[in-house]
Amino acid sequence: MELDALLLSRLQFAFTIAFHIIFPSFTIGLASYLAVLEGLWLASRNEAFKVLYLFWIKIFAISFGMGVVSGVVLSYQLGTNWSVYSRIASPVIGPLLAFEVLAAFFLEASFLGVMLFGWKKVGPKLHFAASALVAFGTLVSAFWIISANSWMQHPTGFTQLADGTLRATSWMQVIFSPTFPARLTHMVLAAYLTTSLVVGAASAWRLLKDPDEDESRVALKMAIGMLAIVAPLQLFVGDISGKQVLHVQPAKLAAIEAFWETRTEQPFHVVAWPDRKAEGNRWEISVPKLGSWITAGRADAEIKGLKAFAPKDRPPVFIVFWAFRVMVGMGAAMIGLGAWGAWLYWRNGGPHNSRPFLWACVAMGPAGFMAVIAGWVVAEVGRQPYVIYGVLRTADAVSPVRAAEVSVSLVAFMAIYAVVFSVGALYILRLIAAGPNAGSAETAGPRPPGYALAAAPHDLED
Amino acid sequence: MTLDLPLIWAGILAIAVLMYVLLDGFDLGIGILFPFAGSPAERDVMMDTVAPVWDGNETWLVLGGGGLFAAFPLAYAAVMPALYIPILLMLLALILRGVAFEFRLRARKRGKAFWTAAFTAGSLTASIAQGLVLGGFIQGVTLKDGAFAGGPFDWLTPYTLLVAAGLVAGYALLGATWLVWRTEHELHGRARLWAWISAAAVAALLAAVSLATLFVHVRIAARWGYENGAFDLGKLAPLLPIPALGLGGLAILAAGLMRRAHFLPFLGAGLVFLSGYLGLAVSFFPNMVPYDMTFRQAANPDNTLALLLVGAGSLLPAILGYSGWVYWIFRGKVRAGAGYH
Repeated sequence: MELDALLLSRLQFAFTIAFHIIFPSFTIGLASYLAVLEGLWLASRNEAFKVLYLFWIKIFAISFGMGVVSGVVLSYQLGTNWSVYSRIASPVIGPLLAFEVLAAFFLEASFLGVMLFGWKKVGPKLHFAASALVAFGTLVSAFWIISANSWMQHPTGFTQLADGTLRATSWMQVIFSPTFPARLTHMVLAAYLTTSLVVGAASAWRLLKDPDEDESRVALKMAIGMLAIVAPLQLFVGDISGKQVLHVQPAKLAAIEAFWETRTEQPFHVVAWPDRKAEGNRWEISVPKLGSWITAGRADAEIKGLKAFAPKDRPPVFIVFWAFRVMVGMGAAMIGLGAWGAWLYWRNGGPHNSRPFLWACVAMGPAGFMAVIAGWVVAEVGRQPYVIYGVLRTADAVSPVRAAEVSVSLVAFMAIYAVVFSVGALYILRLIAAGPNAGSAETAGPRPPGYALAAAPHDLED
Repeated sequence: MTLDLPLIWAGILAIAVLMYVLLDGFDLGIGILFPFAGSPAERDVMMDTVAPVWDGNETWLVLGGGGLFAAFPLAYAAVMPALYIPILLMLLALILRGVAFEFRLRARKRGKAFWTAAFTAGSLTASIAQGLVLGGFIQGVTLKDGAFAGGPFDWLTPYTLLVAAGLVAGYALLGATWLVWRTEHELHGRARLWAWISAAAVAALLAAVSLATLFVHVRIAARWGYENGAFDLGKLAPLLPIPALGLGGLAILAAGLMRRAHFLPFLGAGLVFLSGYLGLAVSFFPNMVPYDMTFRQAANPDNTLALLLVGAGSLLPAILGYSGWVYWIFRGKVRAGAGYH
């Protein structure tokens, strides 16, 4: 395969956006969690909530910072690498992205400053308002970016002019395209699950060291409660989203399930080795008829296979098939972990007594990130060869830049992101290992943050 | 009454970019001045003065990019590939310096030294890259059928390097005067010295860039009334308030520094930037991609701009309001160990 500017630009975008999505998928949930913790602390004055708040806000600050800087890149990369896409799509999609900046980014950035540094500058209620506004901002951001992405997956409410550029004919149909509600819900729940799993893993890790640490017990209970409710809900929402794919992106669905022939009673391939050249699966382990039933709700439903589409219109099936299975596998494990934890609370008085469960929580810590990235691979690779489904091919969207420039920038991104990511992860893991009580002795006491004598939270190492 | 939407949006974007230059200018400047701090403790204070606001400052850059994409896609699609290398250099540098804010707090000894260096290197590189972007922009972008058709290194000339040097000095000046305003004791005194040095550099480089622009870029020179070796006062006179504003800014800056004022030098530095910015604006208007694409040619259709205006019209006042409130919360002198996090 030749490394041309197109392929390199795709690799660069995939790399930078996959790196970026790690942070929002964690911070969307964590921002809500922090607002809840602070609210609970204000309402109950239970010291454990405050200790947890001051602990997780440090981790939030690191993750949010990485999310911001990796996000700035994306608003310029559309132009540097995808200038034709920008020219054609901007009349329709431009406002959606601009509204994300105007409605969300400024809100998050400004009130994050108050959240992190205003502990002694504003009263407790105002500080809580800042936390709540940051949490709200993360959700607004998700709203607009998923709106834009949903439109690119299934564009509605537009028309194409002779020069190729697009025009909106109905803003309601552009912003609220048919797949948007289910996809937004799916992403927000995924973010909440990701956060629950990280909080659960961190708390379980601490409880393995010190089974009596109150704060970690509280945090684990909150995480498991969230998981037990949201993980099954996510299965339901994901299924709705999947059924929409069947209708609006049949080629993507065929790739997800590695269906090649169009037929009724499609078998469900639990695992398979799809081969694009051979136009079939080299091997597969399948359950008869289940494929039609899962995707359409009835075994006798006729489902299109990949051969129904011209080879140039088929997405890369191997990646999409396996990414989907990684996502669903992680989701199933989350449902299992939540159920196990709930059962332990019900039968055992609490999961902190069960070391196997605590270890399982630790092991599942990264599962949310893996599921989110796998899910986005399904969505974005499954949309290929289009960047705007059915309207603009990815190959036609690229900038007039040279392979040499893009390869240099791609290598530079990889090197810098590798450093930033490993160091950020190291600092977060260090904080988690030290636990919520490290360095918090000076903050003990029932004084509110705005109180004149409230001690500043103490930093760990300096 | 119908609104001239492309003109309104050109104005909004111009203000967004100006906000960015002024606001991120001083926090980039602090990174540039970082190596000259007297002690590690001073460095911590320097960073603490901007830590609560840098993120909001940088959001104006996202609005600049996102707004250009949303309102003037043809300009965005033409300029970004033309300036591919300096723009990506800027982004990579901003990543390094952005994470340094948090990473420095969490690092141990060696890590802290590394992220201190990364903060400086990132701030300096981002400033140079922005200068190259600006210089490359003033030079003009080669277009064919509205798309970039030049070479990958068009932006690298002696002229653009001069502009980059000017911008670095300018950001250092903003950073130094910010520190004069927001710090006390030794650091305050040191910042005063930095302000003098960078002010001298800015005055010299601004004059050099202005002259170079007149000689190198005939079209801009003509706009300022300079053609065939002679000035046309009829064209020049209406524009004279702009350089006058710059000189006034320098005077306020110098007077403020001499009278040991705290806020005046920052105000003066801001006025110098404003004058340079206005000078550029009148040099280009109505071009959006010099010198072949006007803002009207680059603009999105009115139904897109109208929707954008509904959003920006309601959200921008709120943004200005709460950003100002955050600055107000963190007003006053910043002292060592101000109790962050």
